[in-house]
Amino acid sequence: MGLNQYLILSAFLFCCGVYGVLARRNAVLVLLSVELMLNAVNINLVAFSAFTKQIAGQVFALFVITIAAAEVGVGLAIVLLIYRNLHSPDLDRVDQLKG
Amino acid sequence: MTGQNIAFWILAIAMGTGAIGVVRSRNIVHAALFLIVVLVGAAAQYIVLLAEFVGIVQFFIYIGAIAVLFLFGIMLTRAPMTPADFDNDQRWPAAIVSLFLFGTLVALLVDAFGGDKIQLSDSLLESSRTGPVADSIFRQFVVPFEVVSMLLLAALVGAVVIARRD
Repeated sequence: MGLNQYLILSAFLFCCGVYGVLARRNAVLVLLSVELMLNAVNINLVAFSAFTKQIAGQVFALFVITIAAAEVGVGLAIVLLIYRNLHSPDLDRVDQLKG
Repeated sequence: MTGQNIAFWILAIAMGTGAIGVVRSRNIVHAALFLIVVLVGAAAQYIVLLAEFVGIVQFFIYIGAIAVLFLFGIMLTRAPMTPADFDNDQRWPAAIVSLFLFGTLVALLVDAFGGDKIQLSDSLLESSRTGPVADSIFRQFVVPFEVVSMLLLAALVGAVVIARRD
């Protein structure tokens, strides 16, 4: 199996995530796209772990999964706070610093 | 074409469709369900790559915890359950940026790793079982492990403090 097929699949997922973060307006959908990007990184780490026959890649993937869980917890708390203050999960309305 | 290759392509097509569904779906619950397709596909890819423990952890944490958390987030922000426009007016610039990034990444990856092959052998299977992974976490990576557990605790407390209603 080529290493490249995993790397290109992961690049595709990452670019879908980038598109979602840039083009989505709903805060929950932006967080979903960030999850796509984190998953793309995990696929890379596991593919390189199999390629180099070293276990470190898998351990790093586990760390990334843990940090993704922490990120979703804090991120959704912030989304709920935005919703409570602005009565809308719309990120375009979070512009109080705009001059 | 080996069995692993066929499994890879089936999963890759499902994951690609799911990823496009996440960023293009006009129904927010469908977007979350498409994300679950991508996460299950990734877990299956890890098992194809003989990383069983990471695959199972991905399954439990992402599908069991994170996907459910997202569905709660959708409910608590009272998102419309009917199709609606969730995109801002940067759709075309965003598409150009992500396509440019994808093209650059593919060109660089083909240039750097064009001929490299992953050899899935019995020795790789033996060395990536749960036992060696646990040995590696609790010997070589024990300090990062403790740091990450403190980070998780801090994030948990922080989430409670941020979301509290007073």
